[in-house]
Amino acid sequence: MSITDIQVTDEAVHGDDHHEEHHEQSFIFKYIFSTDHKTIAKQFLITGIFWAILGGGLSVIFRLQLGFPDMNMGFLQPFLGDWISNSGKLDPEFYLAMITMHGTIMVFFVLTAGLSGTFSNYLIPLQLGARDMASGFMNLLSYWFFFLSSVIMFISMFLSTGPASGGWTIYPPLSALPQAMSGSGMGMTLWLVSMVFFIASTLLGGINYITTVINLRTEGMTFRRMPLTIWAFFITAVLGLLSFPVLVACVLLLVFDRSFGTSFYLSEIFIGGEALPNLGGSPILFQHLFWFLGHPEVYIVILPALGITSEVISTNSRKPIFGYTAMIGSILAIAFLSFIVWAHHMFITGMNPFLGSIFMFLTLIIAIPSAVKAFNYITTLWKGNLVFTPAMLFSIGLVSFFISGGLTGLFLGNAAIDINLHDTYFVVAHFHLVMGSAAFFGLLAGVYHWFPKMFGRMMDEKLGYIHFWLTFVGVYLVFFPLHYIGIAGFPRRYYSFTNFDAFSSFVDLNSFVTVAAIITFGAQFIFLFNFFYNIFKGKKAPLNPWNSNTLEWTTPRVPEHGNWPGEIPKVYRWPYDYSKPGAEDDFIPQTVPYHKTKESNTDFENEESKKE
Amino acid sequence: MENTAVIFANRNFKLKSVNAKKFALWLFIVSICMLFAGLTSAYIVKKSDGRWLQFDMPDMFLYSTLVLVLSSIAMHWTYLKAKDNSLKAVKIGITATAAIAVVFFYMQYLSWVKLVAQDVFLVGNPSGSFVYIFSGLHLAHLIGGLVFLLVVFLDTINYKVHSKSMLAIEMCTTYWHFLGGLWIYLYLFLVMNN
Repeated sequence: MSITDIQVTDEAVHGDDHHEEHHEQSFIFKYIFSTDHKTIAKQFLITGIFWAILGGGLSVIFRLQLGFPDMNMGFLQPFLGDWISNSGKLDPEFYLAMITMHGTIMVFFVLTAGLSGTFSNYLIPLQLGARDMASGFMNLLSYWFFFLSSVIMFISMFLSTGPASGGWTIYPPLSALPQAMSGSGMGMTLWLVSMVFFIASTLLGGINYITTVINLRTEGMTFRRMPLTIWAFFITAVLGLLSFPVLVACVLLLVFDRSFGTSFYLSEIFIGGEALPNLGGSPILFQHLFWFLGHPEVYIVILPALGITSEVISTNSRKPIFGYTAMIGSILAIAFLSFIVWAHHMFITGMNPFLGSIFMFLTLIIAIPSAVKAFNYITTLWKGNLVFTPAMLFSIGLVSFFISGGLTGLFLGNAAIDINLHDTYFVVAHFHLVMGSAAFFGLLAGVYHWFPKMFGRMMDEKLGYIHFWLTFVGVYLVFFPLHYIGIAGFPRRYYSFTNFDAFSSFVDLNSFVTVAAIITFGAQFIFLFNFFYNIFKGKKAPLNPWNSNTLEWTTPRVPEHGNWPGEIPKVYRWPYDYSKPGAEDDFIPQTVPYHKTKESNTDFENEESKKE
Repeated sequence: MENTAVIFANRNFKLKSVNAKKFALWLFIVSICMLFAGLTSAYIVKKSDGRWLQFDMPDMFLYSTLVLVLSSIAMHWTYLKAKDNSLKAVKIGITATAAIAVVFFYMQYLSWVKLVAQDVFLVGNPSGSFVYIFSGLHLAHLIGGLVFLLVVFLDTINYKVHSKSMLAIEMCTTYWHFLGGLWIYLYLFLVMNN
């Protein structure tokens, strides 16, 4: 496989203008095995949407179990078959399979591939002024590895023994021993195979994104003039490149433990009174390796969403982003810190308390760059001429989730409090707000904002507003009560709480959460209708619907392969010249040179204009 | 005069940007580094955990390391010959590099046989399993390197490798030296930590 990574084909379209020899491509090469970054981005988006429906649907089913434990689920039998018993009860093993699949799907397939895959692919060449990615062929491989990985994961859900069920973190020994639970048999094997292809896809994509950002910027597009979206995608790709290989190492040793009988993670285990031969391993080792990926992974999920938000909030506040340099600095700081905090997931593994306090200290430092970002979003909004497009609403929603979910991070980062809250619904509430919902809102904001460029048509605004309010209120109604349930001591991943008297006073709250989850999930179908209907029937989009400064809005309504029909535009200024004092319009695109905007130039810019 | 200025400016611009393929190769190398960094850290963490089997590394690993260094030297000689446009020497050089690599494969296998003779197995105490995993995974990457060599060999036959078209052989040389360096790191790591 290593060789395919190296073989960068000659198809990459560089800065020169040899794209003019236009030739019609057949359907298969234009829409299926396409090397065009825009098509690949849409493929990632559609696949991501498919997974999001599935992942969300699973959560609704297990929420039914948690909210209404006495419910007769017989009506689900046509879909779930034998996983529903004849008396209408959900199979407890399948409950575990569903939470595992929900986590895996959402973290990897929706919020990594669906988010980074879509917007890094779509925006990096368009916002940098490149004809395409550095290697279109690697990009094609990246999508099709992801597709293959998706197919394998999807098939695993139809095994009679069920898919992987040990939680998305697949801790051994549960995941290592097929005797431990039925999901740890073939389901776990397919999970591992699927993830190997997924990692290959992410690495191919990441190498491509980084190379493109370094090599294919148009003339004048210095690093200091790059939109924050690109900064975020760039650093995300670097994070992926550094952390996913460690997951390979982690998973490789697990594969050897499962299939070859080694004992990296296993020691002194008794099953059914019989001792296993494995000696000398340590399950904690797995956790170290896993979380060395796992923690950067949450920033791989959230950073692109934050980048998209920066762009959308600045455009729709008609103001330059507050603290451009601080934004870049905080992305870099978050990226750096993400590699040295992994053990805060492991406070209760019997770790040396001194070591725990170091990781606690490092973890709490992340609050600083995160707060810088939250502060900068709010100060960008402050006294702006706010335009409430659906994209803007979702971006503001992201900021809200990022703050309210981030605050509980301060609690969980403290080793002393975490020992109490570990593996309760408090943790579930925390990461669903700060990472899950926030990143999901970033994804939606991106879709609403760039839909006109992607498909050349507009989405319906009113449906967008309804979708936003239902989802925004719904998310809070789902996840806010979970904090209380968590503090009360509900452990996560339990099938049922009806046996514990202490929890009986929370039955109503759990039912409430389930109803809210169903409504929130239902609201997403408004979006789906809005999305798919308007791809074909939407109003034709103007060239620059949001009066934005970045380069993608200088392309034709539906950009062809090569993005710009003529020469690639040059860049003369940063992307955030909104409402510049003295300027005629409230925005000055990056392609306008300083010598054409004498009325709004600063002294320094007048100096610059002489060099143009 | 104006023309030269333009050419100079263009050249300047070209000089600044790295070749995209070469850059992608370096990123790929970074990801392999992280893979082995992860594995070797796992080794250290596991070792500090106790219950660790002590054994001597077979001498065969030392000899195979020397052989791999030899193949790196052959690769570099090939690269220099390609710069001189002596294509015949390039073909001989690539064949020699690959042949030495095959010898290295065999010697790694012999080392495993020696380990088994010492009662150190893949299945057993992790301290032994790690040695097999490290050397095996390195060999897997070396197979990739051999395929790369083959590609460059075919390019040479088709006159695509010469002093003005060095990219493929340059990248191949980089990757080959990296694999050599990677094994030296792994070998020293294992010797010093065992």
